[in-house]
Amino acid sequence: MSKNKKDQNTISRRDMLKTSAALAAAPMFFTKGAYAGAHSKNFTNNPGSSSTVTLGFNVPQTGAYADEGADELRAFKLAVKHLNGEGDSGMMNTMKPMNLTGNGILGKKVTYVTGDTQTKSDAARASAKRMIEKDGVVMISGGSSSGVAIAVQSLAQEAGVIFMAGLTHSNDTTGKDKRRYGFRHFFNAKMTGSALGPVLKEEMGTERNAYHLTSDYTWGWTQEESIKETTEGLGWNTTATIRTPVGAGDFSQFITPILNSGADTLILNHYGKDMINSLTQSVQFGLRDKMVNGKQFEIIVPLYSRLMAQGAGKNLQGILGTTNWDWQLQDAGSKAFVKSFGTEYGFPPSMAAHTCYVQTLLYANACESAGTFYPPEVIKQLEGFKFDGMGNGETEYRAEDHQCFKDVLVVRGKANPNTQFDLLDIVKEVPRSEVEYDASIFGGELGPYVV
Amino acid sequence: MDAVLIQLLNGLDKGAAYALIALGLTLVFGTLGVVNFAHGALFMLGAFCAVTFQKILTISVQVIDPSITFFTAYKEQPYLETWFGDTGLAIIDYAVPLSIFMAIPVMLLIGLAMERGLIRHFYKRTHAEQILVTFGLAIVIQEVIRHFFGANPIPMPPPDVVSSSAAIGTWLGLSDNLIYPWWRLIYLVFSLLVIGSVFAFLQLTTFGMVVRAGMFDRQMVGFLGINVQRKFTIVFGLASVVAGLAGVMYAPILPPDYHMGMDFLVLSFVVVVVGGMGSLPGAVAAGFLLGILQSFASMTIVSQYLPGIDQIIIYLVAVIILLTRPRGLMGRKGVMED
Repeated sequence: MSKNKKDQNTISRRDMLKTSAALAAAPMFFTKGAYAGAHSKNFTNNPGSSSTVTLGFNVPQTGAYADEGADELRAFKLAVKHLNGEGDSGMMNTMKPMNLTGNGILGKKVTYVTGDTQTKSDAARASAKRMIEKDGVVMISGGSSSGVAIAVQSLAQEAGVIFMAGLTHSNDTTGKDKRRYGFRHFFNAKMTGSALGPVLKEEMGTERNAYHLTSDYTWGWTQEESIKETTEGLGWNTTATIRTPVGAGDFSQFITPILNSGADTLILNHYGKDMINSLTQSVQFGLRDKMVNGKQFEIIVPLYSRLMAQGAGKNLQGILGTTNWDWQLQDAGSKAFVKSFGTEYGFPPSMAAHTCYVQTLLYANACESAGTFYPPEVIKQLEGFKFDGMGNGETEYRAEDHQCFKDVLVVRGKANPNTQFDLLDIVKEVPRSEVEYDASIFGGELGPYVV
Repeated sequence: MDAVLIQLLNGLDKGAAYALIALGLTLVFGTLGVVNFAHGALFMLGAFCAVTFQKILTISVQVIDPSITFFTAYKEQPYLETWFGDTGLAIIDYAVPLSIFMAIPVMLLIGLAMERGLIRHFYKRTHAEQILVTFGLAIVIQEVIRHFFGANPIPMPPPDVVSSSAAIGTWLGLSDNLIYPWWRLIYLVFSLLVIGSVFAFLQLTTFGMVVRAGMFDRQMVGFLGINVQRKFTIVFGLASVVAGLAGVMYAPILPPDYHMGMDFLVLSFVVVVVGGMGSLPGAVAAGFLLGILQSFASMTIVSQYLPGIDQIIIYLVAVIILLTRPRGLMGRKGVMED
């Protein structure tokens, strides 16, 4: 009896351990479910008790980048499928560290809405606004232009909705125009310059005269600046930097002055249709056949993609540039993504598709890690997040500017393609350490967590 | 001197494209009184005739790469090459010039179908309504092309033998740097030939005489028992062919995409207005004039002092000409003044 009484009043070691475990688990249990509730009145489009959560995919569905936009949309749909536990899970099999379970995000099934940016800042902002105000999205992603990315990123900051940028390469996106609510997985012009520099030195030497033709908007300006900084660092002379209107079509009036300029290298800071047209016309004007200053004339296209290589045809063969990712990479993450995408759609993904897919998983994973959709907590999870298994080696979302740092590919247009998709040769995988830079050089302010 | 000569050539080349498109536009306006905003789409359709013809010539056997398992990746070997070897490859190489033979009947049919199916219902409507309906038609045509061919430009190389540049400087005893792409020179000559042919057709044939008379006084020609309407329908087809040929031959200069017609349309309308509504020689003269001015305005020495002038020069000149000559360079009294 007394023994029993004693037993009732005495806490055994086992009881102590059980109680401690329960107490330790309690905050996590309560916070995970209750966090969103705690901030339910404090953030835009809180899904609350809804069984679904909506993401907004804002891509160019019309206009010059419609093909790239269509590929981005395919990748987003694939990511949603994988998040909801359908399909073969793609990069969710390789991503490390990862909290995704294939049960949506925080147990809510993922749905999505789409918008058309038309590759115009005003149309992109209008579309994003509609998604935030009417469709109730908690995150916006996509886009194929830096002008659009910067415009939407700024809107996202004002609205308190996270923007996971698609294809944007201007230094400004995570430089002077960076925002707390904006994150870029894609590389940038500064990283392109750092990656290209050593290859240019090795293949073209240190005595060259470079002539720049540059798209007259934020991306063109920053790429010109970064490439110029790189080539002048190598000892090259910059003969001229000429700004060309976006969508000029016929570039002959800009190309012909090059013939008499004394330049032996043309750097085309053009992307998409402009790049295809200016390169095609440069080749027709015989630039690649010329010898200047005793050197073979060379053309460099610092940023290009497989989709652009298809448009440029033979003109791109042998031309150096950089790319964010290529479907022919052999790491486990890339192979898993190519398998999923290829099986789903019947062709390999573009670099734009890759970045959009990765951005969606990263956002979802950050929500799971935070245990909430509350943007300031999600942002804190993304800031400084280090991950691997997503196709670019060990990667980090730098907290200071929200720029992802990862390996960069230097590529060359392939001379004898083996298949219709085999258009780029990977010249070098430049390690992340060689493309890193001080976040403060571009200025800008991220802004507050709570808006 | 080299820079001036080369910009002159650039201007002539650009002007030739403007003139060809504007010629068809003003022909349709002068005969049918229709302001056809779908005319740029006809230029684009011409370029896509070349794309389609190239695709037909390069129908291939697909050698599948077995190492790629998640999708079908293959290397193409055109049947023409398999069957005829180098001769087959040579035929493919000449896809662009050969596609002219396909483009002429196709564009004629498209033009006739467009006029009979849609445009004729708007003859008596206001110009604003004509603009709205033809602009809508242009968008529909664009989207159909985008659906089938995608949004990316499609490479259309010229034949190898003319893919390099002509050493004009060496011919003229000037600098070796004065070179110009062969295909652009061919485009210029081709444009002059087409323009000359249209003028000869209108000046030297009975059909042309009736059309000119109809442009001057449609009612009187009708009183003479001539079915002017049928003739004008054929003129619409002819204008489509001219725009289509301009597009076919421009494909190696500007890789075709679904939007290329719109890029030229606005400028071509300015050309028509500057030349004088309904005036064929005016359209040609204004096309070349504005092309050359635009080219010179983009010279570095000019843009140094007047940045951005190359983007506005055409509109600036248009304003000046319309202020001093309200009917344009060669416009006739009474045209579009009611």
